[in-house]
Amino acid sequence: MSYFRAENLSLHFGGLKAVDAVSFAVEKGEILSIIGPNGAGKSSIFNLISRIYRPTSGRIFFEDQDITEQPPYDIARLGIARTFQNIELFENATVLSNLLVGRHRHSTTQLWQELLFLPSVRANEKVHRRRVEQVIEFLDLEPYRDKLISGLPYGVRKVIELARALCSEPKLILLDEPSSGLNVEETSDMSFWIRDMKSELGVTVLMVEHDMSLVNRVSDRVIALNYGRVLAMGSPAEVQQHPDVVAAYLGA
Amino acid sequence: MRFLFKTDYEDDIRLFPHSGYFVSYGILLALLLIAPYVLSSYLMSQLVFVCIYATVGVALLILTGFTGQASLGHAAFLAIGAYTAAYLQKYNVPFPVYFLAAGALTGLIGALVGFPALRLQGIYLVIATISFAFIVEEILARWESVTNGNEGMRVKAVSLLGVTVSRDSPTFYFLCLAVLVLTIVGTLNLLRSPTGRAFVAIRDSETAARSMGINVALYKVKSFAISAAITGFAGVLFAHKLSFISPEMFTLQLSIEFIIVILIGGTFSLHGAVLGAIFIVMIDPFLTYLKDDMPGIIAGIAATFGAGSATAGNVQSKVAAFASLNGLKGAIYGIIIMLFVLFEPLGIYGRWLKIKLFFQLFPLYKRATFKRQKIYVKSERNR
Repeated sequence: MSYFRAENLSLHFGGLKAVDAVSFAVEKGEILSIIGPNGAGKSSIFNLISRIYRPTSGRIFFEDQDITEQPPYDIARLGIARTFQNIELFENATVLSNLLVGRHRHSTTQLWQELLFLPSVRANEKVHRRRVEQVIEFLDLEPYRDKLISGLPYGVRKVIELARALCSEPKLILLDEPSSGLNVEETSDMSFWIRDMKSELGVTVLMVEHDMSLVNRVSDRVIALNYGRVLAMGSPAEVQQHPDVVAAYLGA
Repeated sequence: MRFLFKTDYEDDIRLFPHSGYFVSYGILLALLLIAPYVLSSYLMSQLVFVCIYATVGVALLILTGFTGQASLGHAAFLAIGAYTAAYLQKYNVPFPVYFLAAGALTGLIGALVGFPALRLQGIYLVIATISFAFIVEEILARWESVTNGNEGMRVKAVSLLGVTVSRDSPTFYFLCLAVLVLTIVGTLNLLRSPTGRAFVAIRDSETAARSMGINVALYKVKSFAISAAITGFAGVLFAHKLSFISPEMFTLQLSIEFIIVILIGGTFSLHGAVLGAIFIVMIDPFLTYLKDDMPGIIAGIAATFGAGSATAGNVQSKVAAFASLNGLKGAIYGIIIMLFVLFEPLGIYGRWLKIKLFFQLFPLYKRATFKRQKIYVKSERNR
């Protein structure tokens, strides 16, 4: 059985088939990229997995568990974290507290304990902070630790979003265009981090990406989509030479 | 200027980051403790109201400032707390019991209000909470067997451990102060733990909060419940301070006053609730002063500049008529809110921080330090 599986996933908005019977599987520990022209349904698939949209039909399995009907907040608890194409950070909070929100799925304390800030809460907080510091070190975010998000440049925010997702110690991470808005150096940093995430942290990565150089550098397999349908699946080189993919991008 | 070197996770967790805090808050506490033996009884009475308003302000900050759910219904929560106290007192229930019962009941009702509020955002939530406040006001006026209707209810003095605590005594002031301090400490504890961070996350991006595993609906209801419960506690003190309560005390105007408390004080920090409470409690004596003395002063100025006694008298009566216009208080509140929203959205506390930084950095303060930061457009927000 595959680690993560989507079966005949469909999302229709009225007559528009944003995602049309898409099936794919992600193996544990691999980096799978989804590519495709604008409007191909890439981000919609992410939104289906994180349950922001409800699929019209089809099922999603993670670790052999059907998660199609899980409420959105349970998806993170199962160990699936995500980033957003247009950064969704908590603007008026510091980087540290943004990252601590990422730890939410690991918090076990009750409201009344928190009101009194009992020793158990304090101990938990320290564990959270230790984990957050590890992520900060992993992604070189030390200079920004106590800064407010609203004052940080775009490239840094992108990394912080990745950090927040990592703080939840995910098993599977969904990256929605990790390189959009980044310059060449930042993109190459991002590619190193994505590979490190796989090799050092053992995270499985599902990624939507436009930048083919990044896709080629990091992905084990690539899926090409167009008009909500799968055009091709395979290694980066195979997919790029696939006649349907070439036609979709260049128009044949 | 002080630089903090963090060497321990405790450095981020503790409430007082450095020793300077102990000095300044220690002095503040000492001043508050000797206040009843120094200040006049009028000022003490005002100080008690500051404590009560500040408690409500903290409650509203939890809901509006930190969770981002606006409410214009907090007068109703205050009323529920006050009436619970007045009603239970009739049956000789001891103070600690009805104090806690009022908080619990108000918290429960707050949670119930929270449920329909889950589907509402922004202005629609404001409308829903206003309607809730009107419903409560109407129920208080009509449910005569419990609330005595429009005749109102008398509230006897607090009886604590067999001692009667008059509403003007220092003990009552200390009681209000203790409730305020406990509320602030509890809220600060909440804000440095997962629940508080979940509130802030919901305020800034519900989508992201959800994808981080936060049950947005549950936390919104929690926020409503906590905020309402604290307001209920304040309501008990409010009832005792006034010693008489009736439905027309808990109107929309009172809810607006609570919103002013946090808007003017500053919505991002608990300091704002206290500063805003001082402002709103002290504006009343100021308005009375305007009403009583201003006409005479202006007429005097007019007379000095050569106006005849007839003209001066005319001016005096016109100014007096203006000062006692019916909607003047509301209009002044409106102007104050507008000015703050336009020119100092961070409130009095935000202004204080800027002034403090100016002196800390002197002479290196840059004018653009607090210029608005560029905000990146979120084109595809998933609500």
